[in-house]
Amino acid sequence: MPQLDFSTWPSQLIWLAITFLVLYILIAKFALPKIGGTIEQRQNRIATDLDEAQRLKDDTEKAIAAYEAALAEAKAKAHVIAQEARDVLHAEIDEERTKLDAQLNARMVEAETRITKTKDAALKNVEQVAADTAAEIVKQLIGTKTSAAAVKKAIADVN
Amino acid sequence: MASESHSAEGGGMALDPMHQFEVHPILKINLGGIDASFTNASLWMVICVISVALLLLAGSSKLVPGRLQSVGELAYEFIANMMRDILGDSGRAFFPLIFTLFMFILAANMWGMVNIPVLLHPFTVTSHIIVTFAMAMFVFILATIVGFVKHGAGYLKLFVPSGVPAILLPLLVVIETISYFTRPISLSVRLFANMMAGHTMLKVFAGFVVGMGLLGGFVPLAIMVALTGLEILVAFLQAYVFAVLTCIYLNDAINMHH
Repeated sequence: MPQLDFSTWPSQLIWLAITFLVLYILIAKFALPKIGGTIEQRQNRIATDLDEAQRLKDDTEKAIAAYEAALAEAKAKAHVIAQEARDVLHAEIDEERTKLDAQLNARMVEAETRITKTKDAALKNVEQVAADTAAEIVKQLIGTKTSAAAVKKAIADVN
Repeated sequence: MASESHSAEGGGMALDPMHQFEVHPILKINLGGIDASFTNASLWMVICVISVALLLLAGSSKLVPGRLQSVGELAYEFIANMMRDILGDSGRAFFPLIFTLFMFILAANMWGMVNIPVLLHPFTVTSHIIVTFAMAMFVFILATIVGFVKHGAGYLKLFVPSGVPAILLPLLVVIETISYFTRPISLSVRLFANMMAGHTMLKVFAGFVVGMGLLGGFVPLAIMVALTGLEILVAFLQAYVFAVLTCIYLNDAINMHH
């Protein structure tokens, strides 16, 4: 078995020590800092990118919230304005109506008084006409003039 | 070993399955009487270092990674997650070490699967017990030092399980002590044996492909294809297991979950 040839051991040990030491220095001083740095840099980059994405997302959500708040406020304002306009209109309409009602009532009362006045006048005229007519009829029938007072009395009796 | 009997009965096969594990010098170096020759094993260690360094450093550092960068980041996060699961945040300081161990063993195991004909003979660095044992001892000694630095003499409580009847305690202390000190052996042998057995098996089947001729050779060839897939899985798994166990030993030393 060549492995048990002791004469080769010193040279193998010496060269193992040399090569292993060289490799150790190359790896510890150059390779690991380089690779580790790259990996760390990448992780940092990913972390910052994720943070940035999170920040942007937060901003978006804030904007959406602000927009919705503004929308709700505008809606509420619009509602208030509409309600106010409606109230004003209602008040105006009510005022107009009461005014109109009062006017109509006044005119109605006026009309009624005029009607009664006219009626009274008409009735008076009717009495006069009845008296005149009655006196004429009596004159035609019996040929005598009757006194106006008697006719009036007779008509009042008839009534 | 079974593999040796295979090679013996192979007879006509020219290659010994264990030949692939042989270490031969490319450049002879002698440091004060110690043989420090640059061998094919050393060459493959250097190839491992270069390939891992290229894999990790040649990738770009873009926000959206390309293929090469993805591989590096995948390996980084794989080991980082594994360490976080086992060690928590207390083991941060050991991340480069565990990562280096994992990548070095993974590269060594994976290069063992690659054969570049003529130019380079395949060789698996981690199929040598001395290499895996050196790494395991390093981990073991490191964990022990960390344990004593962190807890002082209190680290010895690791050998005394709590909530155990007094009569069983001496026995359990012995068992815990043995299990602690066999850690480097189990850690190294697991990796070495897996690598060696796998490659030996592949070589034996490769011998059968040649030995059984044009018609019969397709059966071992099909088995070899399947085994190669399995070996790639094992190559990855053993690197992972080594890293996980290192983490567990360090966790014992740092957090003393016992």
